[in-house]
Amino acid sequence: MSETKREIVIPSQLLGDAGKNKAGSGTFIENGKIYADTLGVLNNRGDYINVVPLKGRYDPQEGDFVIGIVEEALSAGWLVDINASSPAFLHTNEVPWDVEFGETEKYLNHGDSIMAKVQQVDVLKKIQITLKDRNLYKIKGGHISSVEPSKVPRIIGKKGSMISLLKKYTRCRIFVGQNGRIWIDGDENGINKVIQTIKKIEDESLSYGLTNKIEELLKKDSKEVH
Amino acid sequence: MKTDVKLFENGKRRDGRKPDELRKIKIEAGVLHRAEGSCYLEWGGNKVIAAVYGPREAVPRHTQNPLRAIVNAKYNMAAFSVEDRKRPGPDRRSREISKVISEALEKVILTEQFPRAAIDVNIEVLDAEAGTRCAGLTAAAVALADAGIPMKDIPVSCAAGKIEDQVVLDLGKEEDNHGNADLPIAIAPRTGEVLLLQMDGHLTLEEFDKALEMAINGCHTVSELQKQAIMKKYQSNEEGD
Repeated sequence: MSETKREIVIPSQLLGDAGKNKAGSGTFIENGKIYADTLGVLNNRGDYINVVPLKGRYDPQEGDFVIGIVEEALSAGWLVDINASSPAFLHTNEVPWDVEFGETEKYLNHGDSIMAKVQQVDVLKKIQITLKDRNLYKIKGGHISSVEPSKVPRIIGKKGSMISLLKKYTRCRIFVGQNGRIWIDGDENGINKVIQTIKKIEDESLSYGLTNKIEELLKKDSKEVH
Repeated sequence: MKTDVKLFENGKRRDGRKPDELRKIKIEAGVLHRAEGSCYLEWGGNKVIAAVYGPREAVPRHTQNPLRAIVNAKYNMAAFSVEDRKRPGPDRRSREISKVISEALEKVILTEQFPRAAIDVNIEVLDAEAGTRCAGLTAAAVALADAGIPMKDIPVSCAAGKIEDQVVLDLGKEEDNHGNADLPIAIAPRTGEVLLLQMDGHLTLEEFDKALEMAINGCHTVSELQKQAIMKKYQSNEEGD
């Protein structure tokens, strides 16, 4: 089984020499040596040593699509929780509606969910999000699941292979936010199937050949239904 | 301090330990579902649970630091943790311990990655038998690693002390009550940097050096147990529940 395992590292673990390798994400350099700074999976790509975190908050990147939950309506915009270390700001100029000053509550309120795009993250990690892009809107209906943000690439799969499998076999509409929130809409069985499968992907995210495994599973189940 | 309690017998301590022997330690990572990271730790008769929340927005807003995250450790002793019921709520002692633990943890966490945020660490002492601040800090460190918070090191804590004119490691309850000195320390095991050092009682300079060395050795032993606990949780997770 050693080939199907990836190496897990813990903070302060020695990973290499700064002279030979380059320190990537999740690492730091001290006295010419590279150490891990988070609990994660070791990933050597080229010269870089990276640690892909197993857990932790979403680190927003400009251009990411995320699912946010409105925390508070302010006079000139909204504060939105996107599972980052601080809330994101959605300005009234960045929504498709014509909002009068002070009337933000008419459009979005505490508890509403939105699909949004990260527009800007500045040096002090102040986050601005926008609804002005295609297919971004306030979420009405469906179900939102949460996974660890670091597992999102596994849910999507290589070039979207995993997510298109899920859509094909369950006939659900699915939107995966980079912040680990997943919106699912469809019939009740479909939604339950997606939630179960996502849980499975998250639990087994470290094993190889996962897409094939999940496809077999979904195929078997869909036969049983018909 | 002269007492009628005998702490040594035939070169062994009351609980049968050698002078440089630790109490039995059990560490388990990730025991709470709703916390981002957690740890349950048993250290002799101490039972401690630590939970980490965040990094999240710091409230009230005036406590925010625009350049880095703040670390709020909260040490609390349960009313039933000691023999005579402890009056619940924060007191002078627990506020002091919360402060020194917060500062020790702040030194190793990469706080500059989370401006304006707060990292909350709740340490709950369920059962106390001397050395709860060491147990609490050790548990908090494992919980932080479990929460996926970036750190330069996994801090670890251990105490040494002096009983009946002999320097010993990791004081038990009787030894703490009737001994001459207690020296709890916390270090960053990778660099050996001291993160916390407190002393209660009197030690000569030679005794202090000896106790410090002993406590540092103890810390390294505990550090291995911490790392094993974290690895155990994530390796078993990988194989499926």
